Amino acid sequence: MEFMVAILLGVLTACGVYLVLRPRTFSAVLGLTLLSHAVNLFLFSMGRLHSHTPAVIGAVDQHADPLPQALVLTAIVISFAMTAFVVALALRSALELRNDHVDGVDKEEDPI
Amino acid sequence: MHLMVFAILVPFFAGAFLILANQLASYLQRMISIGSSILLLVVALLLLTYALSGEYFIYQLGSWQAPFGIVLVLDQLSAMMLVLIAGLALVCSVYACLGDDARGAHFHALFQFQIMGLSGAVLTGDLFNLFVFFEILLIASYALLLHGGGRDRSRAGLRYVIINLVGSALFLVALGVLYGVTGTLNMADMAIKVEQLSQDDKPLVHAAAALLLVVFGIKGALLPLLFWLPRAYASATATVAALFAIMTKIGIYSMVRVFFLVFGGEEGIHLSLWQWVWPLAIATMVLGAVGALGAQSLRGLTAWMVIISVGTLMAVISEATIASLASALLYLAHSTLLTAAFFLLSDVIERYRPGCRDYFVPGPKTQDRVMLGVLFFTAAVAFAGVPPLSGFISKVWILSHVDSLNGYRVFWPTLLLSSLVVLVALSRAGSALLWRQNEQQVSQAKAPYMASILVGLLLLLSVLFTTFAEPLMQFAQSTATQVMLTERYLQPFVIGDI
Repeated sequence: MEFMVAILLGVLTACGVYLVLRPRTFSAVLGLTLLSHAVNLFLFSMGRLHSHTPAVIGAVDQHADPLPQALVLTAIVISFAMTAFVVALALRSALELRNDHVDGVDKEEDPI
Repeated sequence: MHLMVFAILVPFFAGAFLILANQLASYLQRMISIGSSILLLVVALLLLTYALSGEYFIYQLGSWQAPFGIVLVLDQLSAMMLVLIAGLALVCSVYACLGDDARGAHFHALFQFQIMGLSGAVLTGDLFNLFVFFEILLIASYALLLHGGGRDRSRAGLRYVIINLVGSALFLVALGVLYGVTGTLNMADMAIKVEQLSQDDKPLVHAAAALLLVVFGIKGALLPLLFWLPRAYASATATVAALFAIMTKIGIYSMVRVFFLVFGGEEGIHLSLWQWVWPLAIATMVLGAVGALGAQSLRGLTAWMVIISVGTLMAVISEATIASLASALLYLAHSTLLTAAFFLLSDVIERYRPGCRDYFVPGPKTQDRVMLGVLFFTAAVAFAGVPPLSGFISKVWILSHVDSLNGYRVFWPTLLLSSLVVLVALSRAGSALLWRQNEQQVSQAKAPYMASILVGLLLLLSVLFTTFAEPLMQFAQSTATQVMLTERYLQPFVIGDI
């Protein structure tokens, strides 16, 4: 199972990084989503990988660590909200800059 | 001591109430916002008087015992940051009421949430909680950066959001590794666990520490990660930019706190991190100086001055001695106040010159030329490091405390040259904005006097900084000692009861 999770994490992260580096906002947003999936999975696996071990003391001999699960929950909420925000922002900047490049440069713009 | 949690709760309740009560008349919203900022300042000053005793104050949220529950920790460093945040928040919230807050919805609520994130980040003693407060202040800052709308803000905002989301992902990875290895998230507990690690686990902690360096480098704008900053700060509304002046410093604060505490010790991991920080910080200073020369508006120039100050701070802190940290803390306070003053001043100038704003182009004659000149001149003298104001004192103190060989060979010339470059850039800015006024009709535009008074207030702090330099230096010295000698911080956690 460790091997599979490791491969999955690697693939997710690699795809995420590749997409974040793309020039269009849509792929950047997708990349961020993949990255946050990878991160959540990683956090989750930090409580060590077991099967059939609920995070309840006394229910089974060996119980899972509940803290990473709580952390992942927080991280999921935050990343979910951020994805929504960045989608809205990408739409708005696509409308205002008349293109969907992350660097959306326009000829008639003022320098800094 | 329940007072500590008020530093987070006051802005939280004010912000939450303002969101619910967004139909309220604008003057009521302003009063709530300013009232909350005043209350926060009072709380921060009270906390500072407690912290001055040199003790650590630990507040266990919900009475959950540390290291299992979340703790807030108050020491001199966090108290100092808190006072800085609260003071700046008060000035900015009053300034926002001069018209900036009406340019978009929910300004005051977002402002209060930003303050909540900032004060939470400096108080917390738990790494995951630090992440959460970072997210709170970032989410508020995303919306604040876009406040007022416009193409520049959208573009700068998009980049800012994306790079910070990547930063958050890296932060979580680092936290995951640290938790996986040490089994705790409490900073003090983790510091003890890191000391006891086996050799096999050391590389993992090294990697996590390096990831944290990247994360704090993004927040603090260290060289390869700073390119979001100039445009973001230059395009933000003046009030927001002035508040953001403290945000880069929060990145630096986290570095100081986490690296010295968690990865500290005689031969700690932090030493190898500072080796990375030092050359990058020097390069940041150089790049900041180049950028300052190329800036075309006062706001852009100020953004680059933020970068120079960040570079200076990081270079000094990476010397990792008590004396250098003390001088860095003083410079941190000084540079935050001055860059905030410059952002507000650029808005004042913009209101006096509606057409050409704060760009360095000759404009019509403005009203109140003498007052603008005095404000600009004082601010420039104070920031560039010309005697007698705070820049001079803090830079002299920095120079006298950086006494390593590389410090003499590289840091001294870089700091002195970058100061010279800032002086040149500010002279150019001043003559373009205030002297080269063409023969067109005198412009009738005026800023409210309150705006100039607020800028003057920040500059007055710089004067007071000089007047009370000695007690401030003693405070910085004892703060740095407290930060670097962590035994007493860790003591209650070793015994296991607090």
